[in-house]
Amino acid sequence: MAEKRVYEVVFIIDPDTPEDESARVVESLQNIVTERGGAFVRSESMGRRTLAYRIGRKTEGNYWLFEIEGTGSEIAELERRMRVSDAVMRYLTVRVDEERQRAEKLKERRARKASKRQSTGRRGATAGGAAFAPAPEEDEEEAGA
Amino acid sequence: MSRNMRDERERTGGDEGRSGGGPSRGGGGRRFRRRKVCRFCLDKVDLIDFKDVKLLQGYVPERSKIMPRRISGSCAPHQRMLAEAIKRARNIALLPYAAD
Repeated sequence: MAEKRVYEVVFIIDPDTPEDESARVVESLQNIVTERGGAFVRSESMGRRTLAYRIGRKTEGNYWLFEIEGTGSEIAELERRMRVSDAVMRYLTVRVDEERQRAEKLKERRARKASKRQSTGRRGATAGGAAFAPAPEEDEEEAGA
Repeated sequence: MSRNMRDERERTGGDEGRSGGGPSRGGGGRRFRRRKVCRFCLDKVDLIDFKDVKLLQGYVPERSKIMPRRISGSCAPHQRMLAEAIKRARNIALLPYAAD
């Protein structure tokens, strides 16, 4: 269970930086992660959007989304770099593996309930105590980040 | 805690959990025509993504304040997820903090 943390990092790049430079910045950020053994699930540009409020006198920005799998150290380094960088106006990192795990589990439970209800008629509840008995395969580590 | 969430959702209404209906709430006009069901429960949504601006905007009216649960009809767990998503979106300038 060690390395399975998944993070979503959204950051905004100054729209006034020239194309090639911003590409370079993004690439160097990606390298930081891969050098430390992080894996990329997604790395995509969310495009140029109007900001909901002005940040540093700018009203638009290039949004990028990284989805990274790894431990916290890559993220720490990534954030450090972003903080220093002039091109990155803002960033937000969210740890999503726990949320998704929970969502998955709820979905499974719902599916199980639905199928049970169909197969055993309305009496599903007692017939198969199996819905609750098996401890979830991956224990919910609510220890938080 | 997941237990509670599951129970709330099971009832597919969220209304029942909220101390049933009756005008016994202390009079004052608002007859409980709150048949509104949690839209997220209906759609069986498990994750509210803070990047989904279109969805979130539906819950953030003019003044950019987060719509309270009694207006939006969401159930408690979903309202929490929604609020957190809205706050994140604001942080990353996808939603405004205040509208002018």
